[in-house]
Amino acid sequence: MKLTLKIWRQKNAQDKGGIVDYPIDGIEPDMSFLEMLDVLNEQLINKGEEPVAFDHDCREGICGMCSLFINGEAHGPDRGVTTCQLHMRMFKDGDTIFIEPFRAKAFPVIKDLVVDRSSFDRIQHAGGFISVNTSGNTIDANTIPINKHDADKSFDAAACIGCGACVATCKNSSAMLFVSAKVSQYALLPQGKVEAVDRVLNMVHQMDLEGFGNCTNTGACEVECPKGISLENIARMNREYLSASLKG
Amino acid sequence: MALDSKIPHGPISDKWTDYKDHINLVNPANKRNLDIIIVGTGLAGGSAAATLAEQGYNVKAFCFQDSPRRAHSIAAQGGINAAKNYKGDGDSVYRLFYDTVKGGDYRAREANVHRLAEVSANIIDQCVAQGVPLAREYGGLLDNRSFGGTLVSRTFYAQGQTGQQLLLGAYSAMNRQIGRGKIKMYNRHEMLDIVIVNGKARGIIARNLITGEIERHSAHAVVVGSGGYGNVFFLSTNAMGSNATAAWKIHKKGAFFANPCYTQIHPTCIPVSGDHQSKLTLMSESLRNDGRIWVPAKQEDAKAIREGKKKATDLSETERDYFLERRYPAFGNLVPRDVASRAAKERCDAGFGVNKTGEAVYLDFAAAIKRYGTEEAFVKGLDANDAALVTKLGAEIVKSKYGNLFQMYYKIVDEDPYTTPMMIYPAVHYTMGGTWVDYNLMTTIPGCFSIGESNFSDHGANRLGASALMQGLADGYFVLPYTIGDYLAPDIKMGEISTDLPEFVAAEKEVKDQIDRFINNKGTHSVDYFHKKLGKIMWDKVGMARNAKGLTEAIEEIAALREEFYKDVKVPGSANEFNQELEKATRVADFLELGELFAKDALHRNESCGGHFREEYQTEEGEALRDDENFAYVAAWEYKGKPSDAVLHKEPLVYENIKLVQRSYK
Repeated sequence: MKLTLKIWRQKNAQDKGGIVDYPIDGIEPDMSFLEMLDVLNEQLINKGEEPVAFDHDCREGICGMCSLFINGEAHGPDRGVTTCQLHMRMFKDGDTIFIEPFRAKAFPVIKDLVVDRSSFDRIQHAGGFISVNTSGNTIDANTIPINKHDADKSFDAAACIGCGACVATCKNSSAMLFVSAKVSQYALLPQGKVEAVDRVLNMVHQMDLEGFGNCTNTGACEVECPKGISLENIARMNREYLSASLKG
Repeated sequence: MALDSKIPHGPISDKWTDYKDHINLVNPANKRNLDIIIVGTGLAGGSAAATLAEQGYNVKAFCFQDSPRRAHSIAAQGGINAAKNYKGDGDSVYRLFYDTVKGGDYRAREANVHRLAEVSANIIDQCVAQGVPLAREYGGLLDNRSFGGTLVSRTFYAQGQTGQQLLLGAYSAMNRQIGRGKIKMYNRHEMLDIVIVNGKARGIIARNLITGEIERHSAHAVVVGSGGYGNVFFLSTNAMGSNATAAWKIHKKGAFFANPCYTQIHPTCIPVSGDHQSKLTLMSESLRNDGRIWVPAKQEDAKAIREGKKKATDLSETERDYFLERRYPAFGNLVPRDVASRAAKERCDAGFGVNKTGEAVYLDFAAAIKRYGTEEAFVKGLDANDAALVTKLGAEIVKSKYGNLFQMYYKIVDEDPYTTPMMIYPAVHYTMGGTWVDYNLMTTIPGCFSIGESNFSDHGANRLGASALMQGLADGYFVLPYTIGDYLAPDIKMGEISTDLPEFVAAEKEVKDQIDRFINNKGTHSVDYFHKKLGKIMWDKVGMARNAKGLTEAIEEIAALREEFYKDVKVPGSANEFNQELEKATRVADFLELGELFAKDALHRNESCGGHFREEYQTEEGEALRDDENFAYVAAWEYKGKPSDAVLHKEPLVYENIKLVQRSYK
């Protein structure tokens, strides 16, 4: 396949940045999108140019490191996948592909297509945990029976990979899907109940401090989420937040 | 130097308890005067950081990723073992201990493995208390499943994302401590050297990967939990960033490196599709619980499939060769990984492979879908003779067990595994070798510890399924927090360690010099060019099957490639910025040394053992032939300037509780 890539290049956080065109040839449909960028980078290095910086690590859709806004969509045109799982068979010979970083005030650009998503970490420092000592003196696990339905729902929320596609795709740059997934995971479990009030208040507070926008129920986040995290979690978080506000 | 493993005396079942009863403790008020550096924040490093911070130590944790949550432990799929005997099928600490030693082909240290089995049940309790959503039965109790190489059901899981959920559990425990200021987290930082003062590990030199700044960090002890070195093969199931630098740098400063040749080849990975391939994707071993592995019984059928003239589903039962079930009736598709991998390679080499390159076998779920569907129809009072209904119901059950894996396969291969058997082939997965540690998990550098995949101690020559997550969390949550206290007890009055000491200055200079050398080296080839070349040598001559001739050649070729790398590598950009090529260059430089030691270790070990298969040493039936008389030891290598000069030290493995017998899965 022969393609024209239009890639956002930005030297560092201070640089203004801009789109640069890169024609590329010999791309196979079996290549992943990131392997296509590897091919481009190899060519750039051989020409004495600087390769395009992009985040990636596990390349099997689970670490959440890869990002990329491809033709205006977080993780590209395929559904239910991360960029590393996107394959070039989704594109046609002769296509022009726009490749940009995830854009949000709370995700500042580090270089080219690499953004800083540490705001997600800070939200979790504020309450994304159950306070239990790691001493090994906990009670036997089966003395906390959990309804399978609840355990499965908790798991579904916990499957969030923290990639930030929800933020990148939201017109308000809202992190509600991410934060609600974290809140839901614990809200659905008996172990998480004791701190539920503080957890939701603190996490939402930190989310606001980081500069994420609010949710206007557009639902784009759910559509673009590579792990199918449900909007239902946002409703649950709103209920938790309202009830916590009344208690708090 | 004689290796002292410091294994406590007494009966095996009392060793760990007695040890804990007699070690030195650090008073809680003194812990806050002690700093600990932890490099790597996966299951081992993350759980260690959380626990040590909770105990009161000042923890500084480092990871090269943008967040600890991305450590490659997150990709582990199948499960974690624990001797809970919830199923009442006779499991016990002793049985888990026995299976792990046997599964490791009698090359693990008994005392360490017994301790691992002892604390395994605590891990499940701990994780559940932290809100890790492990799989449940309808009654609300924890579910578990069986895994390769064992005859009991002891593997706890969270769909095919167990590593993810366990890692997020450890990460949440870290978050709690980061929020309290007890862990200082350094994301996007890479350790590039260790600093040794008066013979003790007292700090590290790290590079801030965003700014390029070289930083000095001091501590009273340094813990390396940086994972394995499978990426020495370039293609492996490891994350692209997984590297051996931290482990290799401590090796160069005095930590012995043990059993580098013990590398696990995992049987169930998605086959290579072309030259562009950047990494390989694992499909969880749990699939072997329900998937049946086969190739066509006749070569002409295999050829027709490769040429696209026939499909897998065109072949009847009698035209298929379920080779694992045929060769190993007792364990069938659940034989250990090395056995399954070699059997697949043997069939493919004999011309029975089923993908274009002839390097793939089938993993078929048709029988499982039918079995589950029939059962479900019966439970629901529906017509179990309705084939379409049974298939639909069965596919739903399979989806609930392995749904994410099937989706992942579909996205990569573009074929639906519910209707067409998956294609799989072995790939490099987990490294059982690593830095040598004593019973305290301390390396041969006092004050420098190594935990999880980066040490060598618990898996022997071969790793059973679901044992890696267990070791990572055991080391981090329950073992290191005791043993490090014993080491630190005499240091309570030491006070903060200055980073102005000459040792820090010297180590920093060494790091800067290496970086400058890369940046100023105006070569002609990229880092990946060299990494791929190294990987090819490793796979061809140090891969699934090895022989003396190939290994001797590999040693020479790697040394030559290393020389070429230093002369001809091209690293664009500058040192003082975000520079991914520079990151890769420093890592590949280490792989180019490690690879040579790996081959040297494989050459000296004149036996076949677990993941190490020497063609000269096999039974008439083609099974691995171990030599306990001459090789029942840990090979611990001491660095002496270059890998070819490394000096071999032997730690004899003494089996007091388990009799060494030839492994048989027939």
